[in-house]
Amino acid sequence: MELKDLIKPENLVYSKSALLEDVPMHYCPGCSHGVVHKVLAELIEEMGLQEKTVGVAPVGCSVFAYNYIDIDWQEAAHGRAPAVATGIVRVNPDKFVFTYQGDGDLASIGTAEIMHACNRGENILVIFINNGIYGMTGGQMAPTTLEGMVTSTTPFGRNVDLNGYPLKITELIAQLPGTSYVTRQSVETPGAVRKCKKAIKKAIDNVLAKKGTSFVEVVSTCNSGWKMTPVDANHWMQENMFPFYPLGDMKDSVKGDNNAKN
Amino acid sequence: MAKVRGAVVVDNEECKGCGLCVEACPHDVLRLNREVNSRGYHYSYMENPGNCIGCSNCGVVCPDTCITIYRMKVE
Repeated sequence: MELKDLIKPENLVYSKSALLEDVPMHYCPGCSHGVVHKVLAELIEEMGLQEKTVGVAPVGCSVFAYNYIDIDWQEAAHGRAPAVATGIVRVNPDKFVFTYQGDGDLASIGTAEIMHACNRGENILVIFINNGIYGMTGGQMAPTTLEGMVTSTTPFGRNVDLNGYPLKITELIAQLPGTSYVTRQSVETPGAVRKCKKAIKKAIDNVLAKKGTSFVEVVSTCNSGWKMTPVDANHWMQENMFPFYPLGDMKDSVKGDNNAKN
Repeated sequence: MAKVRGAVVVDNEECKGCGLCVEACPHDVLRLNREVNSRGYHYSYMENPGNCIGCSNCGVVCPDTCITIYRMKVE
């Protein structure tokens, strides 16, 4: 059988989501941002939410997220995406509002905003991309950088006496009563991408049901910042990031449930 | 038993040659091309098209969503 007999519209099983704009992404080859953008676009399309979705883009590599997914977007100042999202969702309670933030944005400059937005239990979805580094500005140390990890500002590895300990922000968020679903996922293998998609779908369902803040951390790679090939970066992440940032659900309940298992 | 055949179409100009699809393929179908596209990336292509079962793994992990997958049953 020839390939041209196979390549027909009736045999199509996987293609680019209609919500993804037809422009090449500016991300480095193999960057996890592209996969998470794709998963989000697919879910928004499948759930028919295009008209009621408002995304809040951060500062960082994903600052241009509004170029890639065809929904309404708002750009926020560095770290302030949860505060902007709070304003949007309070004025438009029927909209589905999400923020998309990296670890430099959410866990460093925006710690106050994310903590209080989650503590208030705003009906928003927070996507947190954790690659342990400031990717956009040249691979500097971030709060989530692992102990001993080499970055451009810690050339001899992160020294905890000097730089403090890596911040497990998702564990902190899971303690807050305002959150409903707090989970940590990854996107390095096909199975992990499918699991991550399920988790984000559940988080979106929770937000639509007004159960409180949903928080999805995605442990990601920054192969340019880590100075590795994309495939090596995935292996490095599995060996070094996952023991410190274990995957799985941390909280699954509704807002205000203090007896939730953390 | 019905056999499943698949086909992968890579958008050569969108592909950045990261190689994640080559790693994700369970049947050793994809490789990175020696040729480069207009942006200088070694785009991926089907080296062993007969092995493809259309499982979509390559498309799912592709960060640039430049892979389209077709699948059909062959009696």
